[in-house]
Amino acid sequence: MTEAMLAVEDLVVRFAVKREGLFGKPGQLHAVDGVSFEIGRGRTLGLVGESGSGKSTSALAIARLIPAVSGRVHLGGIDLLGLEGEVLRDQRRRMQFIFQDPYSSLNPRLRAGAIVREPLDRLGIGTPAERTGRVDELFTEVGLRPEQQRLFPHQFSGGQRQRLGIARALASKPDLIICDEPVSALDVAVQAQILNLLARLQRDLGLTCLFISHDLGVVQHMCDDVAVMYMGRIVEHASRRRLFTSPRHPYTQALLSAVPSADPSRQRRERIMLTGDPPSPIDPAPGCRFASRCPMVEARCRAATPGFRELEAGHWAACRRIGE
Amino acid sequence: MSAPVLRVRDLRVEFDTREGVVPVIDGLSFDLAPSQALGLVGESGCGKSMTALAIMGLVPSPPGRIAEGSIEYAGEDLVTAGDQRMRDIRGNEISMIFQEPMTSLNPVYTVGEQIAEVLRTHQGLSRAAAWAHAVELIDAVRIPLPDRRAGEYPHQLSGGMRQRIMIAIALACRPKLLIADEPTTALDVTVQAQIFDLLEGLRARTGTALILITHDMGVVAEVAERVVVMYAGRKAEEGPTSALLGHPSHPYTQGLIASVPHVVDEVPREREALTEIPGIVPALAEFGKDRCLFAPRCGSADEACLRARPPEAPWGEGQGVACWHPGPAGSGSR
Ligand SMILES: Nc1ncnc2c1ncn2[C@@H]1O[C@H](COP(=O)(O)OP(=O)(O)OP(=O)(O)O)[C@@H](O)[C@H]1O
Ligand SMILES: Nc1ncnc2c1ncn2[C@@H]1O[C@H](COP(=O)(O)OP(=O)(O)OP(=O)(O)O)[C@@H](O)[C@H]1O
Ligand SMILES: [Mg+2]
Ligand SMILES: [Mg+2]
Repeated sequence: MTEAMLAVEDLVVRFAVKREGLFGKPGQLHAVDGVSFEIGRGRTLGLVGESGSGKSTSALAIARLIPAVSGRVHLGGIDLLGLEGEVLRDQRRRMQFIFQDPYSSLNPRLRAGAIVREPLDRLGIGTPAERTGRVDELFTEVGLRPEQQRLFPHQFSGGQRQRLGIARALASKPDLIICDEPVSALDVAVQAQILNLLARLQRDLGLTCLFISHDLGVVQHMCDDVAVMYMGRIVEHASRRRLFTSPRHPYTQALLSAVPSADPSRQRRERIMLTGDPPSPIDPAPGCRFASRCPMVEARCRAATPGFRELEAGHWAACRRIGE
Repeated sequence: MSAPVLRVRDLRVEFDTREGVVPVIDGLSFDLAPSQALGLVGESGCGKSMTALAIMGLVPSPPGRIAEGSIEYAGEDLVTAGDQRMRDIRGNEISMIFQEPMTSLNPVYTVGEQIAEVLRTHQGLSRAAAWAHAVELIDAVRIPLPDRRAGEYPHQLSGGMRQRIMIAIALACRPKLLIADEPTTALDVTVQAQIFDLLEGLRARTGTALILITHDMGVVAEVAERVVVMYAGRKAEEGPTSALLGHPSHPYTQGLIASVPHVVDEVPREREALTEIPGIVPALAEFGKDRCLFAPRCGSADEACLRARPPEAPWGEGQGVACWHPGPAGSGSR
C-alpha cells in the first residue's frame, strides 16, 4: 500500500442515552466500537453499512467534530485526537466535509461566491486578490459559471448547491475529503452529474477521500477500497473488486445479495434473506453483533468479539466461521 | 389477458398555482391486470404520487382537481363516483401505503388498535375478533412476537417494522389493488428485500394487483412486470419490464437507466463516466405546453420536438413511447 494519508486505530465513540422503560435508566449507545482502517494517499475508501451502523459518527469523530472515547486518528502522520486549540484548528482545515444535504449545509444569507471564499478568508490563504482568482477557478472546476457567484443558495437547484458544497470543500486544498452521502438527497439524473464531477476531481487533483454511502452501486463506482460497517464495527474491508466479487463476511454477502439491480445478470443471483432487524446499539451483548441475524451463527459467536483477520493480502474480515 | 382491474384513460389533474392552471398529470393512460405489478418511475415532481392520489380520490381540492379523463376500477368510473362511494372503495378495494410511514401512523394508539380499527369499520368485526385478526396480520407481515408488538406504539418500533405495520393496515381488507408509494425508500436494503418478498408473496396468494411507485430502476427490475416511466406529468414510455430495461426507446428512459451506477457482478477495472441527463426537470410553468417537455435535456432533440407534443406510439415488443425520435440512443425518427 502507498503511504497512508489517514490512519484510524481503534476508534470508539459512545453516547449517553436514556433507555425505554426501566425508569429511564441511563445507558451507553455504542455508536463506533473499535474502528480501524487506513486510506492511502490519493485513494478513496468507501464506508458502507445500514442506517445507524456508525458511518457518520466515525467521520465526525475523525474530524474532531464530536469527541471520541478512545482511539488514534493520524492525518499525514499527525495524531489529531491529541491536539487542542489553535493547533487543532490548523490541522482540521486539512480535512473538509461534503454533506448529504446541500440545502442545510450552506449559509442561506451568504452569496455563493462568499460561501466558497469563506474558508480562504478564515484560514488566511493567499492575498485577497489571489482568493478572488481562486474562487473563480473553483467555480469553473465544479461546473458553475463565475457570474453565479452573486446568487444566494436558494437560487440554485439541488445539484448546483451540491457543486457549491464541493467548491467550498476544495477551496483550502485539503489533504482529505470526507463525503457523507453526497448524492443521496439528489434526483437520480442529477446524481450522475455530481458523481462524474467527483470522479473527475479525484483523478485530476489526486484527492484522498473517505466516501460514506449506503448505496452500494455508488460505492462500487466511486471507491478503490470498501469497508463494511455493522453496528459500530467494520466487519469486512477489501479492494473494490474483491469485496464485490468475493465477499466473505456473511453480512456482506447478505447485503450484496439484497441490492436491487437493473443488471439482468444479477437477477438470477441467489438472495440471502435476513430475518429480523439489527439489535439495539444500547449496551449491546458481547460477541459478534451480527449473531442475531446471521445464517451461520454458532454458540461461540455470541461468547466473544471476533477478531479482524487478514484472509488474503488486503482482505480483512471479522468472522470466526470464514474458512471453516 | 383478463379484463384489467384498473383502466386509466387520458387523465388530467390540474392545480391552480401562481403560474396559472398547471396540468401536473397530463393525458395519462395505462392498464393494470389483476395480480400484476406495475412500476411507476420518474424524477421527483413528475407526478407519481399525484397519480396515486387521483386513483384514491384524494387529490387535494382546492387547489387541485381531476379535470379530464377516467379511472375505471372493475368497470366503475372513480372520477364520477361520489364521496361516500370513494370512502367505501378506499380500504375495502384499493389501499395505499404512503411515502412516510411515521406521519401516517397515529402516535397515540397502539399499532394493534390501528389495524383493528380498520377491520371494525370496513369489515364490521367485533372488538375481540378485530384484535385477534390484527395480531394475525402482524404475524403475516413477519414481525416477531406479534402478540406483544400489537400492544406497542409506533415509536417503539423500528422503521422497517413501522413500514410492515403500514402494509398490514393496507392489507387488512384484502384490497384488489394496492398502491405502494416509495414503500422502502427510508429502509435498509436487507429490510427492503424482506418487504418486497412479503409483497410478492401476498400478490401470489391473494391476487392483489400492485402499483409500486419508485425512482429506483433496480427496484423496478426486481419487483415490477410492467413499467410506466413518467416525465413532467406525462407518460414518456411504457412496457414489459425486461423489454423496457433491455431496449429502452425513449431517451429519458435510456438516461434514467444509464445515469445510475448499478451494482454489477463483473467489476470492471476501469470506471467509465456515468451517462448524464443534463439540466433539471422543467418548472411547473412549462407543464402542459404543446411540445416535448424533455427536449431541452435531450441529445436527440430537434425542431420537431419543439413544434408539437409527441403522441404515444407502439414500439418493440409491447412497448409504447411518446417521442419523435425513439430508438436505441437517438437513432430513429418518425
Ligand atoms: N448525538 C447523538 N446522540 C445519541 N445517539 C446518537 C447521536 N448521533 C448518532 N447516534 C446514534 O449512533 C448510532 C450511529 O449513528 P450514525 O449517524 O453514525 O449512523 P450512520 O451509519 O451514519 O447511519 P445513516 O446511514 O442513517 O446516516 C445510531 O444508533 C445513532 O442513533
Ligand atoms: N398543492 C399543490 N399545488 C401545486 N402543485 C402541486 C401541489 N402538490 C403537488 N404539486 C405539484 O404536482 C407535481 C407532481 O407531484 P408529485 O407529488 O406527484 O411528484 P412525485 O413524482 O411523487 O415526486 P417525488 O418523487 O418527489 O415524490 C409536482 O410538480 C408538484 O410540484
Ligand atoms: Mg449518516
Ligand atoms: Mg411522491
